[in-house]
Amino acid sequence: MFASDLLIAQNIGFFIIAALMVVGALRVVTTSNVVHAALWLVVVLAGAAAQYVLLAAEFVAVTQVLVYIGAVMVLFLFGTMLTRARIGAESDLNNKNWFVGLPVALTLLAAMLIALRDGFGNEKLPADAPLVSTQVLSDQIFGPYLLPFWALSFVLLAAVIGAIVLARRD
Amino acid sequence: MNTVSLIIAEVPYWGQSLLRVLGGLVAVLLPAGTIVYLFLFKMMSFMQSRLGPMEAGPYGSMQLFAEVGKWLQKEDIYPARADKFIFKLAPLIVLASTFLLVVVVPFGPDAWFTNFEAGIFYALAVSSISVLGILIAGWSSANKYSLLGGLRAAGQLIAYELPMVLAVIGVVIQAGTMNLQGIVLAQNSGSMFGFDGLGNPYVLTQFVGFVIFMISVQAELTQAPFDMPVAESELVSGYMTEYSGFRFLIFFIGEFATAGVFAMIASVLFLGGWAVPFSWFGWTTMDSVDNWMNLAGPLILFTKMMVIMFLVMWVRFSYPRLREDQLQRFAWKVLIPISLVNIMLTAILKVAF
Repeated sequence: MFASDLLIAQNIGFFIIAALMVVGALRVVTTSNVVHAALWLVVVLAGAAAQYVLLAAEFVAVTQVLVYIGAVMVLFLFGTMLTRARIGAESDLNNKNWFVGLPVALTLLAAMLIALRDGFGNEKLPADAPLVSTQVLSDQIFGPYLLPFWALSFVLLAAVIGAIVLARRD
Repeated sequence: MNTVSLIIAEVPYWGQSLLRVLGGLVAVLLPAGTIVYLFLFKMMSFMQSRLGPMEAGPYGSMQLFAEVGKWLQKEDIYPARADKFIFKLAPLIVLASTFLLVVVVPFGPDAWFTNFEAGIFYALAVSSISVLGILIAGWSSANKYSLLGGLRAAGQLIAYELPMVLAVIGVVIQAGTMNLQGIVLAQNSGSMFGFDGLGNPYVLTQFVGFVIFMISVQAELTQAPFDMPVAESELVSGYMTEYSGFRFLIFFIGEFATAGVFAMIASVLFLGGWAVPFSWFGWTTMDSVDNWMNLAGPLILFTKMMVIMFLVMWVRFSYPRLREDQLQRFAWKVLIPISLVNIMLTAILKVAF
């Protein structure tokens, strides 16, 4: 089925993790319990972190775990448990307009596929791809990409201030 | 190269992996058992003018085995309305985060599990996974006290993770690396004002960071005075209320094993880790360290861990519980601003010298 140079440990690992991620992603939208959906999302995000490790980008992988699993998902669960998180199946989780989301999702998928195809084509990682060290990464962020980094920080700051304004009673 | 290849020249990969797993079990369970017996059973008893367990073994030293045996025989029960799968999964997540944490701790020049480039960053990331286990443990128990305990734990752990990360940044700036082995090297081959007999342990230069880190560790481990998530007078025992038998045992081991691993990380960050100051034996680099340090290193690290654990337990037995709002205010309005100032000062001094 595959050429012999495709059947190396990294590729097998990639396919196993990718299959887990696809199953997880499907279960996020089909499960009938909010907390279960959040936990399936954790599976997907952890799978993404594992894929980063396969790409020799350890700093990005660790950041994925710290930010998405350690902070975002905990906040998700915290929020749902504070408001509504019953044990057992719920029937009213699906909105009857859910199919409107389909074209949006497909457009997004197409855009990402085109961007990937356009950006990398048939390029291959060299077999002895070096580990992306944290220092190289930070040199990139705080060198050529400093301005976008600042802009992002301001967007986040605006979001934080907005949240405080919304939450304050007086 | 690792310890394994020093002892037996050629060990196959699966054999090395097996030995590493066994080493990890020892590195997690041995400190946990020692901490529970020495501090939780004996030190607490002496501080309260009583003897503590005395029957099992000499001075009650076998008490822990008796307790584990008791827990293992108990019936495995769960609440009728609980979410059974999640209920069973939760303690395992907490324990898994402990085992992931110990992976980056260096025990000697070659005695490590992985020599991870972003070591301390990884440790902070995987330690936050345990929050997930605690949250779903509280939720799946179908008990409002459990749910409240889980929510309190999540709020507390998120609040105290920030000062912990910020306190570590001071050390990272001073050492110039996030690799734990590199941080050990930077402390023990360093010197203070030209005097290298003590190396340069960061507990001296980063004292503010050390204090903030220890307070945050205390809160992350939910030890008193930060034990609101398991406050027994308000919430029965928080997220653990419905757990019994070996599932409770897993939570219990997880709590004290994480305490041990965090104490090891604290001693690596601030006390110089497994090493003694390199000038004592004329070492200069990591490669020039003698091989016997691979055996002495774990013992030195263990000693430093016990010192740190003694501080944690001393505070635990001495102070009453904070109130929930005081806890949050302390983290956000005191610890985080101080640690930000600490980072700025460290960065300025690093550039100046």
